[in-house]
Amino acid sequence: MSDTDLHHGPDLAPGEEHASVRLRVLGYLIGLGLAILLTATSFFIAGTDLVWQPSIPVAIIVLAIAQMGVHLVFFLHITTGPDNTNNVMALAFGLLIVFLVIGGSLWIMSNLNQHMVPMDQLMQMQR
Amino acid sequence: MSIAVAQDDPHHLGVLAMVTHEGLAPKRIVTGYGFWIFLLSDIVMFSCFFAAYAVLLGQTAGGPSGAQLFNLRNVAVETGCLLFSSFTCGMASIASEERNYFWFQIAMAVTCIFGLAFLWIEFHEFADLVARGAGPSRSAFLSAFFTLVGCHGGHVSAGILWLLTMMAQVFAKGFRADIQRRMLCFALFWHALDIIWVAVFSVVYLLGSAV
Amino acid sequence: MFGKLSWSAVPFDQPIPLLTGAVVIAAILAVLLWVVVRGHLPYLWREWITSVDHKRIGVMYTLLASVMLLRGFADAIMMRAQQALAFQSNGFLPPEHYNQIFSAHGTIMIFFVAMPFVIGLMNLVVPLQLGVRDVAFPTLNSVGFWLTATGALLVNVSLVVGEFARTGWLPYPPLSELTYSPGVGVDYYTWSLEISGVGTLVAGINLVVTVLKIRTRGMTYMRMPIFCWTTLAANLLIVAAFPILTATLAMLILDRYLGFHFFTNEAGGNVMMFMNLIWAWGHPEVYILVLPAFGVFSEVVSTFSGKPLFGYRSMVLATMAICVISFTVWLHHFFTMGAGPDVNAIFGIASMIIAVPTGVKIYNWLFTMFGGRIRFTTPMLWAIGFMVTFIIGGLTGVLVAVPPADFLLHNSLFLVAHFHNVIIGGVLFGAFAGYTYWFPKAFGFRLHEGWGKGAFWCWLIGFYVAFFPLYAVGFLGMTRRMQHYDVAAWTPWLHIASVGAVIILAGIICQIMQLVVSIRERESLRDLTGDPWDGRSLEWSVSSPPPVFNFAVMPDVTGEDAYWSIKRRAQEQAREPDYKPIELPRNSPTGFVCAFFATFVGFAMIWHIWWMVILGLIGAYATFVVFAWRDHDEYEIPADEVARVDRANRAARRDLVTAAGSI
Repeated sequence: MSDTDLHHGPDLAPGEEHASVRLRVLGYLIGLGLAILLTATSFFIAGTDLVWQPSIPVAIIVLAIAQMGVHLVFFLHITTGPDNTNNVMALAFGLLIVFLVIGGSLWIMSNLNQHMVPMDQLMQMQR
Repeated sequence: MSIAVAQDDPHHLGVLAMVTHEGLAPKRIVTGYGFWIFLLSDIVMFSCFFAAYAVLLGQTAGGPSGAQLFNLRNVAVETGCLLFSSFTCGMASIASEERNYFWFQIAMAVTCIFGLAFLWIEFHEFADLVARGAGPSRSAFLSAFFTLVGCHGGHVSAGILWLLTMMAQVFAKGFRADIQRRMLCFALFWHALDIIWVAVFSVVYLLGSAV
Repeated sequence: MFGKLSWSAVPFDQPIPLLTGAVVIAAILAVLLWVVVRGHLPYLWREWITSVDHKRIGVMYTLLASVMLLRGFADAIMMRAQQALAFQSNGFLPPEHYNQIFSAHGTIMIFFVAMPFVIGLMNLVVPLQLGVRDVAFPTLNSVGFWLTATGALLVNVSLVVGEFARTGWLPYPPLSELTYSPGVGVDYYTWSLEISGVGTLVAGINLVVTVLKIRTRGMTYMRMPIFCWTTLAANLLIVAAFPILTATLAMLILDRYLGFHFFTNEAGGNVMMFMNLIWAWGHPEVYILVLPAFGVFSEVVSTFSGKPLFGYRSMVLATMAICVISFTVWLHHFFTMGAGPDVNAIFGIASMIIAVPTGVKIYNWLFTMFGGRIRFTTPMLWAIGFMVTFIIGGLTGVLVAVPPADFLLHNSLFLVAHFHNVIIGGVLFGAFAGYTYWFPKAFGFRLHEGWGKGAFWCWLIGFYVAFFPLYAVGFLGMTRRMQHYDVAAWTPWLHIASVGAVIILAGIICQIMQLVVSIRERESLRDLTGDPWDGRSLEWSVSSPPPVFNFAVMPDVTGEDAYWSIKRRAQEQAREPDYKPIELPRNSPTGFVCAFFATFVGFAMIWHIWWMVILGLIGAYATFVVFAWRDHDEYEIPADEVARVDRANRAARRDLVTAAGSI
């Protein structure tokens, strides 16, 4: 099971990239630039009055997702090419679980909190 | 390409049985993929802490809320530190693949410095909160905050330990194949930490302050 | 100096744990002494403890599970006895003791019997079925096993040093919080499971990567045995669900150790969040247990019906469907705890939907048997017993999936009967079938059929006699975990149930006898060819036990039921392959040493001995660095050694191959 070659076969390891040094450094620079832009925008929106207030949470979430996308593409080299299929499938599975756990928990817990007496009131009733 | 004979295709999969598979994947892919799966499990763990944070957001038990406690300037500096450290880690990855010892060690050292700067700021933030009576045992909200952000900080600390070990390994043994595989895993880990931080600063600090 | 630890931690005033502990410690010392005096220690260290061979690790997992089955069953017998006696009486177990027993029973059975059993079978079999030499990460495999063993050790230490949790097998707050459980019991539970949880996660990652990336040439996804598909699904669930357990127990630990307020009554803690998160883990957990068992049955039914598995594609789809849907049903474990009707309805419907792919599997097994030449060997008996028993258990599951019905049945003995029905009928029967089926592959001789059949019938009858009365008594209103009761109508049922427990005990004795007799008569039970059952998949193409490298040359697969087609084309066996030297991973003490430090740290955390914690963590990190620093991680087996081993196997099975298809 030893390998003598760093690259053979149709697949890429996650995080692996095959290009010239110049292109690779450029990729990271572009990623850094985009990430700085998006992050700065996020901070700006959170602190400013120039934006319609109710849209702020959505904007911040969208910008966060965009930043994560920049990281995935430019730093982790996750692409939609056929050599990355396994890596994308695994990521998709992980994301599905994250959404089920967070989404499910939030839905369930808000439903429970709605229906249940607040804890300090409950403790009062114990006395 | 092998032709499937009827007795080789008892379940009549037809064209599905014609697909080929070349054999074991090379070690680099196996190791990287295994670490990728581990990272996804770690992200699921973080999502539990995020869920707990979201549920306990309003439970300040009469104590301070996020908006009263968060210092966004510090958070911006922390974010910059991690983001630049991700970049320099990428440079270290390229250096290791090009087998350039000098640039590898420099890039890793810079990554380390950025990481330590992040930890320094975060440690002081936590110490400051505790000193102000807003420690994790004050309220459920603060418990969730300290745990979520602290867990990320704990991962960064472990990452720094790993980083230093990688630097020592490359120094002692050079760019051996197994050390290269570990560097691949380290880079995945470090970038993933920055991704988690994006979620942390957006959901905890920015949304928390905007309230 | 020693934190909370003192001599008062040893239960000198409680005869039962004191006596049990003394006997067990004496037995362990006797075995250790025998091992050392007879000079077996170097062999054990070299061949088993530091082994990174998946076959050895699989056997060790199964051995751990079997030993812990005895401990868990002892707890069960005590519970049945107590409940049979405790009508308007205190029985023989005071409440503080009884509560620890049912908590330990559940914890041990789920985490240290069922999990290691299925992981052991998957470890042993999957690389052989995929035609490869080992799993993706052999040393990590060893680490995973030894960390699981650490968890089991800590739970058992709680019997003689300190106490165990009194909360049930899931430590619901606020009872599990420091205010109401000030002792070390809950801490033993949490640390034991945090440590063994890491081990399980590591095994999960290993098997996922093995199935996805480590297959022999020609073994495409649709040519894998179904056992490999169920392994993939179960281990994807491990990777997805165990982090939830880790996070939730960590939150409980933070509450107990550092005064956090995740689940406390005061300062805004939310008790229900624990329930929500722990069951988000807990439901996928039971599918982690049962999916490999389904895989075992697919192999067993197909082999002993002499036919390929019916409906391969639908089996794959059903398996992956169960994998995904199992993450959408967890609220059904707390229907009664305050959610509204809309939430309850959605999760109730999802819980009923998940029965559909399981039904598909049952029909596929039945259609596999239809028109086949069925051999009623012990594994096949377990499979048939499973089909009947699991269907009933599943039906009662669909019943409690209906929220209004569950409002009456939640936490009653009806529920207890349901989950034992599916876990014993599904997971345990599957484990026993797999154990009997693959035992010859692991050890080179078959298990005695007579004692095996006896074990099966005792377990089957014993199960029904022990658990069906519990359905009745649940309908009559009895709640679970009762140390005593005063409803006369329940007593006859509980008496019958305790008789059932004794019949199961007879079954366990049959299994022990089976092992003893099989070892004694192993020459007459010898598996000379490596294919004792006329099997269909690749593990039967190697000798029993397989050589350390599994396959002299990794096979080239051209269809499903890969070995069946090789047997058909018997003439291929005549040509010798081109033998090459084989590289294998070196043994390593990393797993064992890592687990040693984990035990150290766990015990120190439980008893608040902080200097010991720091020492242990440093030791664990040092182990990791030493392992990372090694220069030689593989050793080579020369080509002529490979040739010698393989020629012996070919000669042994030449007769079998030329008469392919007949026993």
